[in-house]
Order: sequence, then structure tokens, then C-alpha cells
Amino acid sequence: MLVQDYNPASAQPCPPTQSGSMAAARPLAEASNLPDTQTEISVQTQWMLAVRDARDRDAFAQLFDYFAPRLKGVIMRNGSTDSQAEDIVQDVMLTVWRKAHLFDPARAQVSAWVYQIARNRQIDLHRAAKRPLPEDLPVLDQAQDDASATIALEQETEKLRKALTKLKPQQREMLEQAYFHDRSHSEIKSQTGLPLGTIKSRIRLALDRLRHELKEVNT
Amino acid sequence: MTPIHHHIPEALLADYARGALDEAFSLVLATHISLCDQCRATLGALEAPGGVLLEEAAAAPVSDAAKAAVLAQLDDALPQQPVYRKDRLYPAPLDEFVNDDNPRWSKMGGGVKQMILTQNASSSARLLYIPAGQAVPDHGHNGMELTLVLQGAFVDETGTYAKGDLEIADSDLEHTPVAAPGAPCICLAATDAALRFNSLIPRLLQPIFRI
Ligand SMILES: [Zn+2]
Repeated sequence: MLVQDYNPASAQPCPPTQSGSMAAARPLAEASNLPDTQTEISVQTQWMLAVRDARDRDAFAQLFDYFAPRLKGVIMRNGSTDSQAEDIVQDVMLTVWRKAHLFDPARAQVSAWVYQIARNRQIDLHRAAKRPLPEDLPVLDQAQDDASATIALEQETEKLRKALTKLKPQQREMLEQAYFHDRSHSEIKSQTGLPLGTIKSRIRLALDRLRHELKEVNT
Repeated sequence: MTPIHHHIPEALLADYARGALDEAFSLVLATHISLCDQCRATLGALEAPGGVLLEEAAAAPVSDAAKAAVLAQLDDALPQQPVYRKDRLYPAPLDEFVNDDNPRWSKMGGGVKQMILTQNASSSARLLYIPAGQAVPDHGHNGMELTLVLQGAFVDETGTYAKGDLEIADSDLEHTPVAAPGAPCICLAATDAALRFNSLIPRLLQPIFRI
């Protein structure tokens, strides 16, 4: 059982952040009937597929060790206490387990999928009413996962990652505010003392720059 | 299904993604995304940087107790998963607002009906039912109005809108949507302020109809 196997010393969040090699991951039952090109699929995606297709608890524990500390870090930056943050992290990770059947690696990278679950959770926590969400798209045939589409998406994400490294620290900070903080522009203003127009144009600058970088990387 | 021609502008979709819109507008956008693969993909693209930023975020150690508590719940029975019937009139986001068996339509004259789904001081969302050839009472808006077609089609000064199409009107647009021939037009509409009507009688009726 997983809990017995669990060794806190190995729980440090240190897996590769991208395109981890196949050798780094346990071989998956599902991998045997996949083509060789599948080896480019990141280790996080492999864990997630093992959770989705085989309800693999060890793979889920790996996902927990990777994402939970990052989620907690982000949530605490929003001003939550340690225990509030752990409550939200637990909620998000349980949702990852329970909604795993909806994960489609050709449509979303694992980290973006987890981000979106966490974001929705944080938004709902700050609202009286739940925010309406789009209808879930079923994953019609899990055996037909398109490995090349998954790899293509991961390659796009790599370009995005490179583009993000080229942002100036201030631009990066604005993007993180936009993506992590449950806060309106006017609330950002009261924290930073910046007028609304400046904030909007800064975010727009960050996104324009991002777009520009993406174009450069793509050509 | 016919292709959708009128989509969510990226800036509005970004506001939705970060939770900056209130319930009425979120409801219309979530319903459009339910019908529209293109906007669903754009939403995914807007979430992608969030995933990268999460991967690179500074980690805060999580207690062993928190992890053990999650692992202990993996065997819990899953909540009932909703099963969606495709081709139905009201996509999933409308489930909790519309009772298919007992619709709460109220008549507005000329065969036009409405059903208020949610409203507060700053915004409201409603369904509109417009028989073919009928016009929605001429109106302008104090703020933004989103109109999503769920059945049939309507035509106004800005174009033709069929199933899945989203019209975005700001306070400058005074338009007269008319339902196209064929099936009655059913729309989901959200406004961020009370509509103002151009003629006296609808204006007097406005508090009654709450449009
Ligand atoms: Zn669309």
C-alpha cells in the first residue's frame, strides 16, 4: 500500500519540471502498447494517465509530492494561513483524483489542468455563489490517446516556458498577479498604490511581450 | 450543428478565466464555451501560462498529515457524475437555474416571454423566448449586454445570430433584435445594469418586467 511505501525523505518536490525522460518514471502498463515517440511525454503526464486509467495510487502520490507544495506556495502568497492553504491543497488534490477521468493530455498539460482546478477552487472560496463552469467534455476513448498531439502540446508549452523566462521581473510579477491572485485590478491598486490604467497597461505589456516572444520562438 | 460565427473576445474570456466576472456574465460565457470548441480551446490557451507559472512557483512544504489525509480519502465513493445529453436545449451550466419540467416563463406581450435566472444589484441573467418574426422590445443598455442564442436565430442592426452565437452590445448600441423565421428564438441574455427602453410604456413596465 501506498501509505506504507511513503517515505517523507523522498517527498521533496524535485522531479524534472519538463519532458522528464521515460527512464525516470516507472514503466506503465499502458506504455507497452504505445509507440516509441511516447517517450517524450513528461513524467507528470505519465503519472496523470496512470491515475486516470489505472487509479494508480503511487502515481497519485507522485503528483501530490510535485504539485501540493507548489500549490501551497502560491496560495500562501495570497495571504492564507498555513492550515487554510493546506485545506485548499487537499481539496484541489482530491479533485485531481476524482476528476481524473476528464483529463485529456491532448487538450491540456497536467500543470495547466491542475492550475485550472485550483483557480476555480480559489475563486469559489471568495464568492457567495459558485462561478458557473462550462460543461465537462468527456474523454471519449482513453485507449485512443493521441500521443503525437500530447507531445505537440508539451512542445508548445516548452516554447511558452522559454518565452516566460524572457520577461522582465516586473512583467513576470504582473503575470503572476493576474494568474494567481483572486483580486480585481482595483484591489491590486490599493496594494501597490499604482493607478488602474498603469496596471492594465502593464499587464497588457506583459502579454504583448509574451506574444512577441512566442512569435520569435516559433519562427 | 451549424458553425458558430460570433465568439467571446479574448479580453472578456481572460476576465472570465481569472474569475473577474459576476455570476450573470459567467453564466452566459460558461454556456457559450459548453457549445463552442473554439472558445474552449482559447480558454485552455489562456490557462497554459498558469500551468507553467505553477510549475515554477516557490514550493512550501506540505505536512505529512495533510498528505496522509488525502490518501486516506481516495477510496471514498465518488459524487454522482453528471451525464450530459447532447443536443439538449440548455447546456449544463444552466442546470441549476432552469427547471425543464416546470419552466417559470412570464409573458411580456406579443408572444415574447422571459425567465429571470439570477439577478442582483449590478447584473442579471434571463432567458428570452421570441416567436419567429417578433421583435424584442426596442432597448438600449446602461452597460454591457451579452446575448447567446440557444435555439432559432435573431437578426439585428449588427448581423444574424444563430445557435451558439454570442452578441456583445455596449451602452452605445440601441438595437432591435427580431427573431428569424422558423423555430422560436430562445436566448440567454445578461446585462450589467437595468436596460432602458426607448418608449414610455415599456419604461413604465420596466420595474414590473425587470428587464
Ligand atoms: Zn466561441
